[in-house]
Amino acid sequence: MSSLQSLDIAARSATTTPSPQVRKTPELAKLIDVSSCIGCKACQVACMQWNDLRDEVGDNIGTYDNPRDLTPESWTVMRFSEVETQTKDEGTRLEWLIRKDGCMHGEDPGCLKACPAPGAIVQYTNGIVDFISENCIGCGYCIKGCPFNIPRISPVDHKSYKCTLCSDRVGVGLEPACVKACPTGAIMFGSKSDMASWAGERIEDLKSRGFANAGLYDPPGVGGTHVMYVLHHADRPSLYAGLPDKPRISMFVEAWKGMFKPVALAGIAVAAVAGFLHWVVTGPNDVQPKDDAEAEHLRQKADDPT
Amino acid sequence: MTNHWVDIKNADVVLIMGGNAAEAHPCGFKWVIEAKHHNKAKLIVVDPRFTRSAAMSDYYAPIRAGSDIAFLGGVLNYLLSKDQIQREYVKNYTNAPFIIGEGFGFVDGLFSGYDETKRRYDAKSWEYELDDHGFAKVDPTMEHPRCVLQVMKRHYARYTPEMVSKITGTPKDKFLKVCEMIATTAVPGKAMTVMYALGWTQHSQGSQMIRTGAIMQLLLGNIGIAGGGMNALRGHSNIQGLTDLGLLSNSLPGYLSLATDAEQDLETYYKPRALKPLRPNQMSYWQNYPKFFVSLQKAWWGKAATAENSWAFHYLPKIDKLYDVLQAFELMNQGKLNGYICQGFNPVGSFPNKKKIVAGLSKLKYLVIIDPLTTETAEFWKNYGEHNDVKSEDIQTTVFRFPSTCFAEEDGSLTNSSRWLQWHSKGAEPPGEARGDVEIIADIFHRIKTAYVKEGGAFPDPIVNLTWSYKIPHKPSAEELAMEFNGKAITDVLDPKDPAKVLVKAGEQVSGFGLLRDDGSTASGCWIFAGAWTQAGNQMARRDNADPWGLGQTLGWAWAWPANRRILYNAASSAPDGKPWDATRKLVQWSGTSWVGADVPDIRPDADPAEADRVQPFIMTSEGVARLFAPTGMAEGPLPEHYEPFESPLANNPMHPNNPKARANPAARVFKGDMEAFGSPKDFPYVATSYRLTEHFHYWTKNVLTSAIIQPQQFVEIGEQLAQAKGIENGGWVKVSSNRGFIKCVAVVTKRIPQLDCDGIKVDTVGLPNHWGFVGIAKPGYLVNTLTPFVGDANTQTPEYKSFLVNIEKA
Repeated sequence: MSSLQSLDIAARSATTTPSPQVRKTPELAKLIDVSSCIGCKACQVACMQWNDLRDEVGDNIGTYDNPRDLTPESWTVMRFSEVETQTKDEGTRLEWLIRKDGCMHGEDPGCLKACPAPGAIVQYTNGIVDFISENCIGCGYCIKGCPFNIPRISPVDHKSYKCTLCSDRVGVGLEPACVKACPTGAIMFGSKSDMASWAGERIEDLKSRGFANAGLYDPPGVGGTHVMYVLHHADRPSLYAGLPDKPRISMFVEAWKGMFKPVALAGIAVAAVAGFLHWVVTGPNDVQPKDDAEAEHLRQKADDPT
Repeated sequence: MTNHWVDIKNADVVLIMGGNAAEAHPCGFKWVIEAKHHNKAKLIVVDPRFTRSAAMSDYYAPIRAGSDIAFLGGVLNYLLSKDQIQREYVKNYTNAPFIIGEGFGFVDGLFSGYDETKRRYDAKSWEYELDDHGFAKVDPTMEHPRCVLQVMKRHYARYTPEMVSKITGTPKDKFLKVCEMIATTAVPGKAMTVMYALGWTQHSQGSQMIRTGAIMQLLLGNIGIAGGGMNALRGHSNIQGLTDLGLLSNSLPGYLSLATDAEQDLETYYKPRALKPLRPNQMSYWQNYPKFFVSLQKAWWGKAATAENSWAFHYLPKIDKLYDVLQAFELMNQGKLNGYICQGFNPVGSFPNKKKIVAGLSKLKYLVIIDPLTTETAEFWKNYGEHNDVKSEDIQTTVFRFPSTCFAEEDGSLTNSSRWLQWHSKGAEPPGEARGDVEIIADIFHRIKTAYVKEGGAFPDPIVNLTWSYKIPHKPSAEELAMEFNGKAITDVLDPKDPAKVLVKAGEQVSGFGLLRDDGSTASGCWIFAGAWTQAGNQMARRDNADPWGLGQTLGWAWAWPANRRILYNAASSAPDGKPWDATRKLVQWSGTSWVGADVPDIRPDADPAEADRVQPFIMTSEGVARLFAPTGMAEGPLPEHYEPFESPLANNPMHPNNPKARANPAARVFKGDMEAFGSPKDFPYVATSYRLTEHFHYWTKNVLTSAIIQPQQFVEIGEQLAQAKGIENGGWVKVSSNRGFIKCVAVVTKRIPQLDCDGIKVDTVGLPNHWGFVGIAKPGYLVNTLTPFVGDANTQTPEYKSFLVNIEKA
């Protein structure tokens, strides 16, 4: 869905040809100031409306989180955490931490690294990591590769989906839809350096209000991210509905890209040969009535928007 | 709002109490964030629940639902006993120095003048002591034992921190911390804003809760200044406009009021309304009441309203009692009201005790629904299983349903909480057969008028003589209506100082209410809106965002009533010498010859502050100053006193444990049968409170898919202790019941609803979000108003949705 051009591509999954280098674009970032977020979910609705996504009308399972998790149709969700912290003045203090979850657009994107489909995942020079869905083969490696557990595979079309950081809007000079909709200014968008300096002001303010460990979440383990958080408790990111304290790309993915890849490719070749032998010996896999019923169910679900 | 949304950014302290701005007003809440980020403001939230607003706060204190007067009474005691008040402001701009008559008394929870059989007060003994000229006596030293300040000190001395904690359940240290933060604004250089909403209004003593907040703000010198004020956050986009235009049964446009049965002639009608000044040289602006009233009559009845027929005063009904919504449904149930036109309104969802509402509608001959959406009221007769278990065959009411346009499908103005009238244009054509509300009402009106013209009737005059000069009679335009409420000159309006000078030519729009006359030469449909559509055109459509003073006073953006004034009582932003209290946030000040500044001055422009009896800034009161003590106007007494909600977990009012008459509001109206429908803590031990969620707007957005997705299903919220005691699991199903019915839904178990200790009793609260019902595309649910009690505030009759009793068990 990107309006960005091939000239803006910095990296492409499963591709060995080098990316174009001539164009220089500023590095962008979205800054989510958790301390100013009221959890109104206007960003969720803006995301649904801009991207023409409508998830199911779900259930309440004992929280304000709804939809209850990221899905192929919900690219951002608010996660509410009730946390008791200790303060010098007040003793135990209740906090209701509300974090907008979604793709972090890491500088060193684990999804892209893990993806075996050529051009299914790209990273633009501005830092946005985008899924080019027509190239996606639905293998789910991006999920394994993501240190933040973000992508979701659709059971309908077997493709992987996540926040695009509204690359189509950004490509024509607009801010992401969630940024535009946020009523309190808790979501800001601009150059990464401007966002870092605005975060600095916010952190100073939070420190003056007794949050001694306020800070910016821009984790170095993934080379920094293009979605950053201002946290009151930057020393404990996991308080915020399990935001990883020290995210890293999985060792397996790193290894896959490194020494195991040739070995594994050989393994795939072996599997292909084995499959061929299987066909020769026992014949093709036929579609069973059970498979038909399952497909029909999925199709109906896709047709019924409620 | 006395102030406006943008002005909240100027506050040093923001108190959110009786409301949940982050939840219910997410867009306006940006100004709180702005105050925090750029003005280093501290946010205090006092609420039974740790809300979305509390999540943004610097300090949160819990409180038992319905005990706000006790809390704020304690704050008043703190401020008065520690002398943490802005003394010069209090002395000059409030009635603190005024002396109350000897007849005033307060014994065991009841003020003087109480009539138990009528549940009503005679306010005579609350009046000021007057001198020979009819002016109120004052003691500028504020030492006289009967002066308001001293009376208040004695009254609130009873609200000790211990007593406050006992009644409210707020831990004493938390209460005192809040007092301390509030008291920092008692100096001229600091401002606190108070943001409240239905968390104060929806109680049997709601008006007095708001008054207690206002008294606090006056003692601190926080009214009339930038970053201060008493700011009512209105809950619908145009509900401010509804009250402004007088769409209440006893109101006329512009806060004029209908005559009562005892007021059969104009003179008697004017007497309590066009008040003479109670202090020398004061404006007592309501003296102009006849000008506004006659102009209204001329707008409505034109040539038929003449000096000879007292401007058609006899056309208006004279009320024998309030005909508020509770009364209307009581009368339906009694079989005395048999037709109901329900426009943009969903009483089955919105009124208390759904059973009584549905029973009332079932007795009607006809019900007319004018609404863009299908509502529970339009479908009240239909069986929706357990969510609306009625027998359709037993209901004979004829229901007419007229689909209307929604706000985005019509032109017009919306009046926001800031009193800004903002013009908007139609965004889309209405679907199907939908027609505008005005068009539907016009059609009904013409049919009624035709019947009166043809057949006559007992009193056809008000109908057949009604002004109806719209270019398309069956479709009056928004522009025509707006010009009509602004008003125009019928004949030339002359300058009273120089009769040769014409101020407004006949036929021209007036530029403000100062030009309205009581001689029939002007017409204005709503005097406070005069200035909204002048000869210069539609002022509401202005979109100049310039803010030359840097205070957010964008006087060229839209138009605010009255007179495009953005902050009411703004002359109080200057000290008695006419110079600003705080040079960093100057609003209006005396230039030496006139009042000037960043706002339209709320005082006579040439009122020299050096005059011996200077004109005071509270121009609407007959005193010229603000009322800490209200000698008139309040049903349950001149000073706020804590009373328990009608349904309370406490057996007595801890303030008056031995007087059952002073347990709940002694002046609240309770219909026969509704008293019996109240539950007792023995059967219903938990406090319930109902409220909105950000994800939804009332009962509308359950028709909107995106809103249904982000908050799909009905739930109640309970604290962890209560859940544990009742064996309720997070996400499990529960049944919540009151003495009026039950609902079943999912439980959200949370740390955010604390158990409170009130007078030795552990009080648990059950939180009941509204929004679900039996129509719409969200998951079907029960109407929360199945549970709520049928009793309202003694002044406004706003129902007590915010504190009542329930039981809860696993379903």
